[in-house]
Amino acid sequence: MKLSKSEVEHVAWLARLELTEDEKDSLTAHLNRIMENFEALQRLDTENVEPTSHSMPVQNVFREDVAGTCLSVEAAVSNGPDSRDGYFIVPQVVEM
Amino acid sequence: MLVSREISAREITSSVLERINAVEGEVHSYVTIIADQALTAATEVDEAISFGEKIGPLTGIPIAIKDNMCTECVLTTCSSKMLNNYIPPYDATVVERLHAHKAIIVGKTNMDEFAMGSSTENSAFFPTSNPWNLKCVPGGSSGGSAASVAADETILALGSDTGGSIRQPASFCGVVGMKPTYGRVSRYGLIAFASSLDQIGPLTKDVRDAAILLQAISGKDPLDSTSIDTPVPDFAGNLRNDVKGLKIGVPREFFAQGVAPEVSKAVWDALELLESLGAEYKEISMPIMEYTLPTYYIIAPSEASSNLARYDGVRYGHRSRHKTDVISMLSKSRDEGFGPEVKQRIMIGTYALSAGYYDAYYLKAQKVRTLVRQAYDQAFAEFDVLISPTSPTTAFAIGENTDDPMQMKLADVCTIPVNLAGIPAMSQTCGYHNGMPIGLHIMGKAFDEETVLRVGYTFEQNTDFHTKKPDIGRGVME
Repeated sequence: MKLSKSEVEHVAWLARLELTEDEKDSLTAHLNRIMENFEALQRLDTENVEPTSHSMPVQNVFREDVAGTCLSVEAAVSNGPDSRDGYFIVPQVVEM
Repeated sequence: MLVSREISAREITSSVLERINAVEGEVHSYVTIIADQALTAATEVDEAISFGEKIGPLTGIPIAIKDNMCTECVLTTCSSKMLNNYIPPYDATVVERLHAHKAIIVGKTNMDEFAMGSSTENSAFFPTSNPWNLKCVPGGSSGGSAASVAADETILALGSDTGGSIRQPASFCGVVGMKPTYGRVSRYGLIAFASSLDQIGPLTKDVRDAAILLQAISGKDPLDSTSIDTPVPDFAGNLRNDVKGLKIGVPREFFAQGVAPEVSKAVWDALELLESLGAEYKEISMPIMEYTLPTYYIIAPSEASSNLARYDGVRYGHRSRHKTDVISMLSKSRDEGFGPEVKQRIMIGTYALSAGYYDAYYLKAQKVRTLVRQAYDQAFAEFDVLISPTSPTTAFAIGENTDDPMQMKLADVCTIPVNLAGIPAMSQTCGYHNGMPIGLHIMGKAFDEETVLRVGYTFEQNTDFHTKKPDIGRGVME
């Protein structure tokens, strides 16, 4: 299953990565090299095998619905590249 | 020595800081060194001791922390441009526990960017050198932590392991490195790479130190819902020099093509030594091991693509100066902030999870993961531990493996299956070749770190590989 450059561009868009042309070329080659190895998995019979998403059998780890302490607003926005009055400032999102 | 006042905590910390001054210019283990804070903390420990406060096993002991664990008010970068100005407003749970034990944090160590790599060459800042040969890599992604312990730039260190990132650098740097059972140690405050695989663990000079440090950081954490509610054994107290009757399985797939003859020989010599001490070993076959590399290289990047989606230049980290609209701000920030290996893995993961490919890749890999777990369950029905080399070779040269994307990843072939199954495993030195350390890899049943530690401790008590020290770049110091 060989990836074309346009498929790579689509994946980059999904991943919100604005790649340069050089990056697109080298990534296309690299990804195809890595993906050659994935074909091996198709040889395995996994018809009746349940998928594992979590290696330890733990489910529904809940706590009491009681408010606890949390970060202050100042601390939470302290690393913002552009933050003011407890808000993060970004370019306009919704087009008018 | 602290108890008898032969030495003060301040003196211990000062000696470590002096050593850092002497060799850091050659080794480059650290991204950030917090000398003043460390000395202040050590002075406070001395005062507490003088007021009669009890001294625990970690009191006043300098420790280095891999730079992907949040340390409040101390720069935490994941060795990435994306977080080169990130100052966490909170401590990771493991860091809080170290503070409670009065350990002295001396600095944050270098790593492969976002823990993606096996050599620390993917650090966005600089590569770390192997103290045994400065032209060689220390391994990765916890290369800075392993190198700092090997070079005596710290007494203890913490690393993280997703596919071997504690054990492989431990093997390359001649130190002890353990990945606990998944869920043994809290991941709260560990900057996530692959959430179902990541675990924090100790890097130390010997097995006893690893047991002590593991005990201090282990235990259920309400802030990490994947941490398991099971009692923490007295790992250090239960260590003993005894392997009589121990049954060791040796999967032949880990000795296949690609494993250097000197590595193979050192591991078989170790098995014969353990046999002479009363253990039994038997070669077995685990054919599923041939499929673990592609399985890991689908699952880990897929989880990473999701975990790294948070780096968007909005709330923290790098934000691009070129911004016309919000989508281009996100996309340019990410392209500028991430290095090539990270972008590669995000792309693989995004592709494997995308509509139309999810079943063929990610779901398939998760099913193979079940088969890996079942293979280990079957092996552990008969054996107490499994043993293999940690890495197929000793440390390679800086720059040697950076062209072919698959070559570097083959270094992880012995360590990766352990993360897929969630079981504990430890690496320790079992020999040297051309002055470079060789790692012995001991795998155990889930939550049976005690047996793994006991095997390692017994091996150490009957050999002297762990006593050798590097003469920073000038070979073995006798």
